[in-house]
Amino acid sequence: MIAIGADVAARRRRKRAPKPIHVQFRTIVSPHQLNSRWGRRIYWLVLVAVVVLFTLAFVFPLYWMITGAMKTPEEIAEMPPTLFPEDPAFGNFFEAWELFDIGTLLANTAYYSLGAWLFCMAVDVTAAYALSKLRPMFGNVILGAMLATLMIPPMVILIPLYVTIVDLGLLNNPWGLWFPAAANGFNIFLLKRFFDSIPRELIEAAQIDGAGPLRVLWSVVLPVSRPILGVVSIFTIVTAFKDFVLPLLVMTDSEKMTISVGLSQTAGAVTQNQVMGGLVIAGIPMIIVFFVFQRHIMAGLTAGSIKG
Amino acid sequence: MVRRNLTAYGFLCAALFCFTVFAWYPMVREFILSFQKTDLINPPTWVGLDNFKAAVQDPAFGEAWLNTVEFTVLALLCGYAVPFVVALVLNELRHARAYLRFVVYLPVMLPPIVAVLLFQWFYDPGPGLFNQILGFFHLPPLAWLDSSSTALISLVLVSTWMNMGSATLIYLAALQNIPPELYEAAELDGAGILKRVRHVTIPQTRLILLLMLMLQIVATMQVFIEPYMLTGGGPENATVSVAYLMYQFAFSQMNYGQAGALGMLLMLALLVFAAVQLRTTREDKP
Repeated sequence: MIAIGADVAARRRRKRAPKPIHVQFRTIVSPHQLNSRWGRRIYWLVLVAVVVLFTLAFVFPLYWMITGAMKTPEEIAEMPPTLFPEDPAFGNFFEAWELFDIGTLLANTAYYSLGAWLFCMAVDVTAAYALSKLRPMFGNVILGAMLATLMIPPMVILIPLYVTIVDLGLLNNPWGLWFPAAANGFNIFLLKRFFDSIPRELIEAAQIDGAGPLRVLWSVVLPVSRPILGVVSIFTIVTAFKDFVLPLLVMTDSEKMTISVGLSQTAGAVTQNQVMGGLVIAGIPMIIVFFVFQRHIMAGLTAGSIKG
Repeated sequence: MVRRNLTAYGFLCAALFCFTVFAWYPMVREFILSFQKTDLINPPTWVGLDNFKAAVQDPAFGEAWLNTVEFTVLALLCGYAVPFVVALVLNELRHARAYLRFVVYLPVMLPPIVAVLLFQWFYDPGPGLFNQILGFFHLPPLAWLDSSSTALISLVLVSTWMNMGSATLIYLAALQNIPPELYEAAELDGAGILKRVRHVTIPQTRLILLLMLMLQIVATMQVFIEPYMLTGGGPENATVSVAYLMYQFAFSQMNYGQAGALGMLLMLALLVFAAVQLRTTREDKP
């Protein structure tokens, strides 16, 4: 009887033999080590620790921001803070919307970002196309000079850029943001590198069919360049939306401010929960963009890292 | 030949205009500006090296450079080393990868002003989250932004929180490009885990590590929004950065020439790192 029981227990133990951890890429820890008894234990421990730590470090602050916006001014100042708002008030978001005039600010920011994107794409795509496919005299010198601007830290030329914008009378004019945004050496570099990889035969075939340079760009180059156009677009829009210092200097009229600048100007004058409401609303558009374009954004980061 | 060049320059003209007026000319303008006295209203006058002298003699000048260097060193410890370790760990994990990658990049997507104002509230000495957490563990509260001993590190914390995502993901991409055979070979040679990191991982990612170091130094040396929003350079100039001082010269004192001179000095300091970065990028080419 006992023997049979032991046999069953042994079988059960064998049945419970843990599933091996599936290894897709060979990394520092070898699959063998990972699937050893201690390897597995340490792995799960580390995994849980990392997930908990990351959630606390990166998600919890956002949770705190959103719930902070739903608390009353009294509750938000309470000394041991409440983890959940006692009486979640979505009305606070509308209050913040009114106080900061977020409608105007968001509309301005969207207008500047989309304008920057359109203008940037028009300018940078044509420039990269000319440098890659039309290969003019001194093309390499021009490309070099464009790439050299990447070495100049933006803060360093902020003052002369501002002075130039003032001289041209572009204060409180969206062009004061759009022109500098289009002078982006990195976009041109990424686009040119992609255009370089388009086979010559494709373009020659179009030329034999009688297509001019503009037609080649529009009907051959652009359709096959969709991936890189997507990456450059998203980065241009996100950068324009997040930008703070230049809009702070150029868009000083309170009717024309961007959301970042608007929040920074009003934050001291309203209650904490209203500030949080404003921050939530300001954060949402980029979070949505991130949700939708995650893949492109990750791809763009990698493209950016391996400059060569 | 001529026609091809003309078409090409036709396509290039918009970009050439933007670059000339808004990138190349401001670089020259910085140089001119630093030798002029101007408030943008009256016509500028040439003053020789006076702007540089005035900038150097400003009471906050030395402090600003010290703070900037200190900020950069601290930010490198937090924002350069930590993401590499995080990327190493993430690369070993087989589960929840998409979630972890998503979450670590979330703060990067937020506009910086959102992160900064959010942390301003966390730093609040009274009901602020950080002091509440310290109290929960029976630790004494800190003054965070209000004390000259903790203000700078508080700025580094925000800056790290909002920027480490991109560094982590770039490292992660570099780690995934390491050929697995190398690890197998190292294992066959009897190398333990730490030795594999030292002799395979780090040499294989050396270029990216060096490139990121230079990029991060250049980026953090320009720190502006954190002192501008959180401390206004205080307490007692403990958080004045060079970029913030430059902003003050220009927009509080309306002394654009002096700001230009400081900008020139910052540019000279950063050019060294930019040159190293350029060399690294060149080496990267096949």
